[in-house]
Amino acid sequence: MSEAMLVADRLTRHFGGLTANLEVCITLERGKLHALLGPNGAGKSTCINMLSGDLPPSAGRILLEGQDVTGLDSAERSHRGIGRSYQRTNIFPQFTVLENCRLAAQSRRPRPWRIFTDAMKTRDTVERARAAIVEAGLGGREQRKAGLLSHGEQRQLEIAMVLATDARVLLLDEPLAGMGSEESAQMVELLRELKQNRAILLVEHDMDAVFAVADTITVMVEGSVLESGPPEQIRNSEEVQAAYLGEEEHG
Amino acid sequence: MNSGVVTLFKLAVLAGLMLFPAIGSSFYVELVAKILVMAIFAMSLALLVGFTGLVSLGHAAYFGIAAYTVALIAPEYEAANLWFVLAASVLAAGAAAFFVGLFVLRTKGIYFIMVTLAFAQMAYYIFHDTALGRSSDGIYLNVKPDASLFGWTPFSLDDPAQLYYFILAAMAAVFVLLSFVLRSPFGRVLAGIHSNEHRMKSLGYATFRYKLAAFTLAGALAGVAGFLYAVLFGFVTPEYLSWHQSGNVLLMVILGGLGSLAGAVAGAFAFIGLQEMFSDWTKHWQLLMGLVIVAAVLFMPTGLAGLPRRIFRTVNWGEDDE
Ligand SMILES: Nc1ncnc2c1ncn2[C@@H]1O[C@H](COP(=O)(O)OP(=O)(O)OP(=O)(O)O)[C@@H](O)[C@H]1O
Ligand SMILES: [Mg+2]
Repeated sequence: MSEAMLVADRLTRHFGGLTANLEVCITLERGKLHALLGPNGAGKSTCINMLSGDLPPSAGRILLEGQDVTGLDSAERSHRGIGRSYQRTNIFPQFTVLENCRLAAQSRRPRPWRIFTDAMKTRDTVERARAAIVEAGLGGREQRKAGLLSHGEQRQLEIAMVLATDARVLLLDEPLAGMGSEESAQMVELLRELKQNRAILLVEHDMDAVFAVADTITVMVEGSVLESGPPEQIRNSEEVQAAYLGEEEHG
Repeated sequence: MNSGVVTLFKLAVLAGLMLFPAIGSSFYVELVAKILVMAIFAMSLALLVGFTGLVSLGHAAYFGIAAYTVALIAPEYEAANLWFVLAASVLAAGAAAFFVGLFVLRTKGIYFIMVTLAFAQMAYYIFHDTALGRSSDGIYLNVKPDASLFGWTPFSLDDPAQLYYFILAAMAAVFVLLSFVLRSPFGRVLAGIHSNEHRMKSLGYATFRYKLAAFTLAGALAGVAGFLYAVLFGFVTPEYLSWHQSGNVLLMVILGGLGSLAGAVAGAFAFIGLQEMFSDWTKHWQLLMGLVIVAAVLFMPTGLAGLPRRIFRTVNWGEDDE
């Protein structure tokens, strides 16, 4: 626990009468990938939204390296090192791939007063963006308009944008959805690399991918944590089998 | 379109504008000067509407506040110093925009349109109905400001041609300034906010501050236009702040094409040119103007700025946009 980076402490979120998250506790450690599983509507995205600052919790706290960040908005949390990708692709469709990532990189080097500087020629942001694009497997696509990429490529772009912000905590909401098997394998490889000096929370329905990279798995059902532990424990848990993994065979 | 051709075209337009006083009658020189002032006004609004995605329906407030500032602080029968009154007017407009921005930028979409309009209406009534505006009919600016700088007088605004060139230079300066701003890191953030503000926030941008800076800059530049308008016609009236004026400048931006500075300039030319032409024919010129706007939106969705590309679509310029 000494390397705990991000801690969700009894996070609760109500939507009217619906309790989307009830006292959810999750700890993300540096160098570890924590997978969050659960059937549709279990509350996984809601949990990520609270951790990233997109959604205020109804109750509970969020600690980043021991500091309470519950009251910070998403922009401030981003500057503290939390980065996220979205389940529903959330990019700048009219901009090129490079510009999508360059804007992400620029948030760390803003220069708002340099109005006579050409943003596209700020070398550090362009270089950071290019490196992130290559890392996410989009090398060669820099000048394509983001909106014209295939769905899988847009998922890769989401990852590239998070990388370009130099986030230390990654919250990834179904990054593999819609990717081809080759792209998926590549992304799993990337996740393995990325987790070495970061803390990662991965929401993913692709079980092969999850069991290939996860160090810890938390299973949620109807807003609550059903079980949490190492992959072997989760794989052999009868409760999890009954609640979730069994029905996944069909999906 | 080839960017070299575009630059050449812009330079040709600039050259034509520079030569114009040599050939145009004084009536037309004043008309073109008025258009150039409105072009500054339209560009300032384009920064918000076309580039940041903030549809303000109260932009005339900043135009009018600057115009009133020069009329109120200039001595009645002597020339005020041009540089002093220019700075004061622009600062007043910028400060007003900053203050209003603090409130209105907390709203979005239709609410933003409503509250910008509401603030402009308040400003209108302050000048129309309170002692500050002196009279609901307006105020004369009897003497044109004097351009002296430390005892040296580079030009005189009493000469219509020199006034015209001063306005043309201001228009060109605003065009160049905004062109730089738009490609700067700050300008790219505005483009990002226009495209997807939510994503900008999650990438770490405090978007409110950027929008406030854009709103303030747009207000200050509208102030440049309002100042020049007051100096050009030697008169200010509360109508400068009216919602008609806010609507007209919005129409110029739309007519010109959202997202293009040159389009905003073209929109000002087209709008005022047509207004002049139609009002010669009939006092119901607004009807004709309405028809033109509807036709333009239907048949020219990218505005005047998009016309060259549409016309030259059959010609392959080697640029790939799909
Ligand atoms: N903004 C919202 N307003 C109202 N209800 C919401 C909102 N967001 C989520 N919910 C509800 O909360 C519950 C949990 O949703 P959530 O998106 O977190 O599930 P999930 O585990 O991510 O599901 P999936 O696997 O389908 O992505 C669902 O019943 C959903 O309808
Ligand atoms: Mg989800």
